[in-house]
Amino acid sequence: MTETQEMATAEESVASTNGNELLRVEGLVKHFPIKAGVFKHTVGQVQAVSGVDLTVRTGETLGVVGESGCGKTTLGRTIIKLLEPTAGRIVFDGRDITHFRRRQMRPVRRDIQIIFQDPYASLNPRMTVREIVSEPLRIHGIYRRGEGRRRVEELLRTVGLSPEHANRFPHEFSGGQRQRIGVARALALNPKMMVLDEPVSALDVSIQAQVVNLLAQLQNEFGLTYLFIAHDLSVVRHVSDRVAVMYLGKIVEIGTRKQIYGAPMHPYTQALLSAVPIESPDLRGKRPRIVLEGDVPSPANPPSGCRFRTRCWKAQEICAQEEPALIPRAGGDHPVACHFAEVMNPLNLAEQARVQQAAHQAAQRAAQQIAGE
Amino acid sequence: MPEPILEIKDLTVEFSTEDGIVHAVTGVSYDLYPGEVLGIVGESGSGKSVSMLSVLGLVPMPPGKIVHGEALFKGDDLVTMPKNKLRDIRGGPMAMIFQDPMTSLNPVLTIGDQISEAIKVHNRGKSDDDVKKRTVELLELVGVPFAERRVEQYPHEFSGGMRQRAMIAMAIANEPTVLVADEPTTALDVTIQAQIVEVLKTAQRETHAAIVLITHDLGLIAELADRVVVMYAGRVVELADVFTIFNSPRHPYTVGLMNSLARVDVDLEWLEPIPGQPPSLITPPSGCAFHPRCAFSQGRAICRTEIPELRKADEGVHLSACHFAEELAVTHVRVGAGAGDGS
Repeated sequence: MTETQEMATAEESVASTNGNELLRVEGLVKHFPIKAGVFKHTVGQVQAVSGVDLTVRTGETLGVVGESGCGKTTLGRTIIKLLEPTAGRIVFDGRDITHFRRRQMRPVRRDIQIIFQDPYASLNPRMTVREIVSEPLRIHGIYRRGEGRRRVEELLRTVGLSPEHANRFPHEFSGGQRQRIGVARALALNPKMMVLDEPVSALDVSIQAQVVNLLAQLQNEFGLTYLFIAHDLSVVRHVSDRVAVMYLGKIVEIGTRKQIYGAPMHPYTQALLSAVPIESPDLRGKRPRIVLEGDVPSPANPPSGCRFRTRCWKAQEICAQEEPALIPRAGGDHPVACHFAEVMNPLNLAEQARVQQAAHQAAQRAAQQIAGE
Repeated sequence: MPEPILEIKDLTVEFSTEDGIVHAVTGVSYDLYPGEVLGIVGESGSGKSVSMLSVLGLVPMPPGKIVHGEALFKGDDLVTMPKNKLRDIRGGPMAMIFQDPMTSLNPVLTIGDQISEAIKVHNRGKSDDDVKKRTVELLELVGVPFAERRVEQYPHEFSGGMRQRAMIAMAIANEPTVLVADEPTTALDVTIQAQIVEVLKTAQRETHAAIVLITHDLGLIAELADRVVVMYAGRVVELADVFTIFNSPRHPYTVGLMNSLARVDVDLEWLEPIPGQPPSLITPPSGCAFHPRCAFSQGRAICRTEIPELRKADEGVHLSACHFAEELAVTHVRVGAGAGDGS
């Protein structure tokens, strides 16, 4: 099978196993004001999320990757309206929830739950596990004595804890177990979708795998839909059907797992993939690394045109003038926001020579920039 | 083999806490040879950092206590050495790089002052001009652009990656023979990690220092380490060269770690986590501390009753602390060398 055929089948299978669109986000913007002075007037805006479009279909996992400050966490929180969007539209399960007030959001929150990174900070230390897991039921007024107890025990079993754990406090558990408690709480209301914000980043490798497998099992069992936000490209590859790569508040590339990891087209995605250390000493020296110089620019004052251009080895004049649209580009069939998009896969050793060339260009460019400044 | 420059011998470190005595490091021995990169890998609580930081006098005592053991640096025992002598070694012939440069740099001193101080402490006679020149030179070496100007800046004016570079500059200021890097890239983003890995390589090329690389990141180990010490529950469970550790591990914990990994270059159907939770270090499991989580012990009594010794498990220098290390030779590690086909 050729690569394109493979890709087509991968796409079809995603479309066939997954049903309708559950979440649609259009032109989502979230700015945070920068306040200064005695009267706290606004002197600028941190453009955390600036114009994100995406859809998530029932039963699939959309991975969102990017480095710190790229806006992935803000995106997740704005989607479930923990933060008010500045502009754009959020449609969940057929309803436009963009301007829903708190009271209107209540029934929606049953259907869409969030899991946070830090299992230490997201559980109330003074509540027992039973209280923590049953809290959503109480808030929504569906906790019945006896039955509620059984429900908590069932939930604990579902996430791999034992019912005897119900009377203990969070500090009595290890990190992995605490994350399981968080998952049990999120499951309590039978949600349709979960926003998972770095759900395994704080955990040790062996425990990460436990939680990743648990999430996969729950997805199969309950037909859950996931928005999986993480910086770890390996974990995202493992869990996602489709992947969106974010840089400085924007999606720069989005496609199936196969497209992103098998035929990445955006220079930023390529740099990321080349930079991830791979757990195999045999690959030492065989993987050229595209080292991006410098740091991510401030989201309060992003570069004109393409936001990645200041660190990109392909950047030309047009990149500063014209913002590249997120559309399918020549040579590929998934949306990429780059004027010079081209397939090149740093994970494919057969493409070493080309990656080497890009790495060389990146290094040269960095040197020029330093000399020129 | 050449003489080791650092020999940790039968080191035992404990912490007394309200809940009881934490057995952080128990009977740990390893050697460090000139110019090599020795990776120490393990999960939280494995004792990987404590085994190194305790002998450098960087673990608060109390609550910590070195109960037993020695650490011979060029023949002198760091454990029994007077504090002022140890202070001369730290930051001089033995230097450190920590995980979080924001907390290990002084926020009210300029970057230049801090590096200069590191130089001056160990070179009292050096003139101010020479110190300044050397400071700039060091910053240039670790890739801080406009070093001349940036020496005047404070840590908060540096980004995370730049701060880590400054830390490395400070660490190599006195041409150490041993460089201890404790999770040097953990707090950084992937693209910045890549930069720092390159800087570490440069630093080693320049100083020929032996590096002790303490990390939980097996990718970083695969990339940088020559030899690897795997720790679990305060003990060394396996020790071998990096290729052997990844391609033919002989301890069930190491195998378990490899099989838990999601890989960026391969599609895996399912991860194989290590079941159970990390052990308590206050009341560690009897016998082999890994036995309650071990898929390989199959309930054999000796795993519960007898602490396995770290012994030769294979040809070459390959040590494993498993009663059944030889049986592991025929089982397969699921994640192989990785062809990296990317699809």
